[in-house]
Amino acid sequence: MGYPHPIHPKETPVLSKHFGEVEARPYAGWVERGGYVALKKALTMAPDDITSEVKASGLRGRGGAGFPTGLKWSFMPKEDGKPHYLCCNADESEPGTFKDREILRWTPHALIEGCAIAQLAIRAETCYIYIRGEFTEPYHILQRAVDEAYANGVLGANAFGSGRRIDIVVHRGAGAYICGEETAMMNSIEGRRGNPRIKPPFPAVAGLFGKPTTINNVETLAAVPAIINQGAAWYAKLSLSSPKSTGTKLISVCGHVQRPGTYEITMGLPMKELIYDLCGGMRPGRTLKAVIPGGSSVPIMTPEEVENCPTDYEGIVANGSMLGSGGMIVMDDTTDIVHVAMRLAKFYAHESCAQCTNCREGTAWTARILERMLAGEGKESDLGLLLDLAENMTGKTICVLSDSCAAPVVSGIQKFRPDFDRHLNVERPLKTAGV
Amino acid sequence: MSDELVSVTIDGLPLQVPEGTMIIEAAKQAGVLVPHYCYHPSLPSPAVCRMCLVEVEKAPKLMPSCVTAVAEGQVVHINSPAAKSARQGVLEFLLINHPLDCPICDQAGECELQDFVFQEGRSGSRYDDYPKRYAPVEDFGTDVLYVPNRCILCTRCVRFMEDVAQDGVLEVYQRGDRSYIGMEPAHKLEHPWSGNVVDLCPVGSLISKDFLHRARAWDLDKTASVCPGCTQGCNMTVDTRDSTVVRLRPRPNLDVNRHFMCDAGRADYRWMNRGDRVEAPLHQDGGKLHACDWDTALDEMAALIRASDGSVVLLASGRAPCEALGWTMRLAGNNVRAAAIKVPIGPEAPIGAIPNLALRAERAPNLDGARMLGVSTDWLAAINAVKGAELVIVLDAELDDADIAALSGATHLIHFATAVEPRLAHADFVVPIATMAEEQGVFVNRDNRAQRFLPAKSAPGMARSAWWVASQVWRRGGEGRRAPGTASEAFGSLAPFDGLTYRDLGLGGRVVATSPAGAAR
Repeated sequence: MGYPHPIHPKETPVLSKHFGEVEARPYAGWVERGGYVALKKALTMAPDDITSEVKASGLRGRGGAGFPTGLKWSFMPKEDGKPHYLCCNADESEPGTFKDREILRWTPHALIEGCAIAQLAIRAETCYIYIRGEFTEPYHILQRAVDEAYANGVLGANAFGSGRRIDIVVHRGAGAYICGEETAMMNSIEGRRGNPRIKPPFPAVAGLFGKPTTINNVETLAAVPAIINQGAAWYAKLSLSSPKSTGTKLISVCGHVQRPGTYEITMGLPMKELIYDLCGGMRPGRTLKAVIPGGSSVPIMTPEEVENCPTDYEGIVANGSMLGSGGMIVMDDTTDIVHVAMRLAKFYAHESCAQCTNCREGTAWTARILERMLAGEGKESDLGLLLDLAENMTGKTICVLSDSCAAPVVSGIQKFRPDFDRHLNVERPLKTAGV
Repeated sequence: MSDELVSVTIDGLPLQVPEGTMIIEAAKQAGVLVPHYCYHPSLPSPAVCRMCLVEVEKAPKLMPSCVTAVAEGQVVHINSPAAKSARQGVLEFLLINHPLDCPICDQAGECELQDFVFQEGRSGSRYDDYPKRYAPVEDFGTDVLYVPNRCILCTRCVRFMEDVAQDGVLEVYQRGDRSYIGMEPAHKLEHPWSGNVVDLCPVGSLISKDFLHRARAWDLDKTASVCPGCTQGCNMTVDTRDSTVVRLRPRPNLDVNRHFMCDAGRADYRWMNRGDRVEAPLHQDGGKLHACDWDTALDEMAALIRASDGSVVLLASGRAPCEALGWTMRLAGNNVRAAAIKVPIGPEAPIGAIPNLALRAERAPNLDGARMLGVSTDWLAAINAVKGAELVIVLDAELDDADIAALSGATHLIHFATAVEPRLAHADFVVPIATMAEEQGVFVNRDNRAQRFLPAKSAPGMARSAWWVASQVWRRGGEGRRAPGTASEAFGSLAPFDGLTYRDLGLGGRVVATSPAGAAR
């Protein structure tokens, strides 16, 4: 199937195989498609064996940071007598990112199965799926799937008759971008204001309700059943470039391409093929101007950087940006980068949790300067000021929201200087008194 | 915190501090104050103001010194160019929406934003052409006004109410640069300790209605004192302007009140400024009280006491310090029939999260001192003993109608008074004494901690400390008696405090043993 477009030959459908198939949503349909085999297998495995398997697969966090998943799980204490928690981060709110939404909409049971396996690995009886508040349809689908899983004995006090307790709670967010930050998410689940926490202590030591906690992205967890089913070696081989980037990645492409949508590629597929083959390239008569490859928080790439860039963690870093969440925004030559930077800065200014001074004031100030520039009121000194503010907003705060605001501004100025200059060197009409 | 010491170097100074100490506290020991806003030693640290970022060698980025513990061999640079420029950046961010209304702001002069901007901020603003954030002043309750424009969102007030007072009515509302400190409409800052948010606020955002526009900070004289409100004995600072007390604020003492003081204690200063004071010794002359000089009054009182071999009753205020109680007791000698202080009782109001800190039910600061000096708290027994006593000495006690009625039957009456009391016009002597704001003295709190208070203003007219008057009369009562020359001596010569001096007590107080035999030395 594939959604919204039929599966392209260059795609590798692992997670997205059943996107668009309404029959894959209910429990029965999912079991028909090979669902819950992996969970049954995992129930017979020792927790550390599951972790080792995931470690060996090379699976890395799909939420943005790309931290090795197995390693993250291995940070969890073993038998410490405390309750452990798994949090599934389904608060997908990064501008340009809409990959988890498709998993939640089409294959909710894949996520539930992934969560359950991860829970076994980290010895967590309870998993909280923190789903973005605006995801109304995905929420209802997911909640129905969880209810079904309970009704069919997948979840509950006696999962598949194994005597193990596996609980999953779906928790809806209230519309704050910052609650996608893992520690803010924990605060939000606890009923507090969604402010990021200071690390240390790290979640594996004191996370949700002060107990050892692991937080994983939807896509990460949804990939786990396939790894358990088909083995770490199979997954690790799914790579076209760096052996450090394995498996498949959902890339949600939006912007000025002919076929925007969510695509599943093998790690390392050249970005050019992704844009021009899978997405059908630019609109007629237009040329590529810029790409934000991994959600709005990463630096902007130029066409030259895109030219030979493999779509994987290392390749994009080598080409001046980051894979991030895999939310790709493609822009053609009609785009004004100053406008892009302003739009993003306004978003971050709106979403700053207001804890850290640098972020609270810096994001709003940055947005104002860019707005002023767009209005033709920019000053010569504004570029220096923007870079100065960006410097004061990078690496100085509790979480990376202010860094994310600074990144497109800095990369925009560095790589698309003519756009900024155009706004600074405008001929201003003489204002008359109107007499 | 363990006893293990770790070696760190802070701004070039090698230092040994206990393991687990935060860098910001270690720096204080090195004599460096790391500029900060959200950090407060009595509150949990959220590390949100980002002002205390310091450079730690080998760390990838600047570290918030309020939540970064020292580590063996750590080298910290507080005044390195990177740390300084980070602070300058934060100050600039804080100032873009801060109104520069210092000329009408109560905090000016004791404002941490002012101080640190003056110390290391930029001289000009690059935030031109934009209006500053504006929101109207809000009434937060009891004594607190919120001026949102000045707020730097350090959240000290939020954390105090939430974590210390445990009455989390304050919250940060909204997000981004639109955020502000607020309350649910149904809530008010009504906690009996909520006034502390005014002190905690590093800027002029939370201000006291009572102190509003009363004085400029730099015009204030500050005197170390002890709150006379209850047996807790919170350390406080008396702020005076031109010899008028305008404000009481808590003075840090980690063993007694940490950094806090209750609203009742804070508000209770107007009596220190009373105008209707007795300003000269008064004695009976032709059936009326007339002013006389000290020598006459002292001689006559000595004569009265010598003549009255019978019993003496001492009725003292619960606020009488040790010196006054001890020396009036000594003056009464062996003839004391009854001696009591009056202890008003009120509701107890604990602060919440700090054990052993509360506004106590017994509203007498020197209750334990009185006990040590043999003065009881059985006021009624003492009043009943008035009848048939030869001499009654009233030591500035707060008298109700029943007390006055009982005193009308006293044979002789010496009234040590701060304020004029027309209903005791029949007293043989009215002795003008200083209030606690005008003299040195010692209160012993409920944990047997002897704590000094210092004179914040001058006593009116000829008023003297009660201990001085009592000791001078006592000296005249027998050969070879020597009166103490200083308040410290007057204190040390009392049996329970045998030989202790004010210097021994320091300004943080000292626990004294309950029995004279075990008196700490």
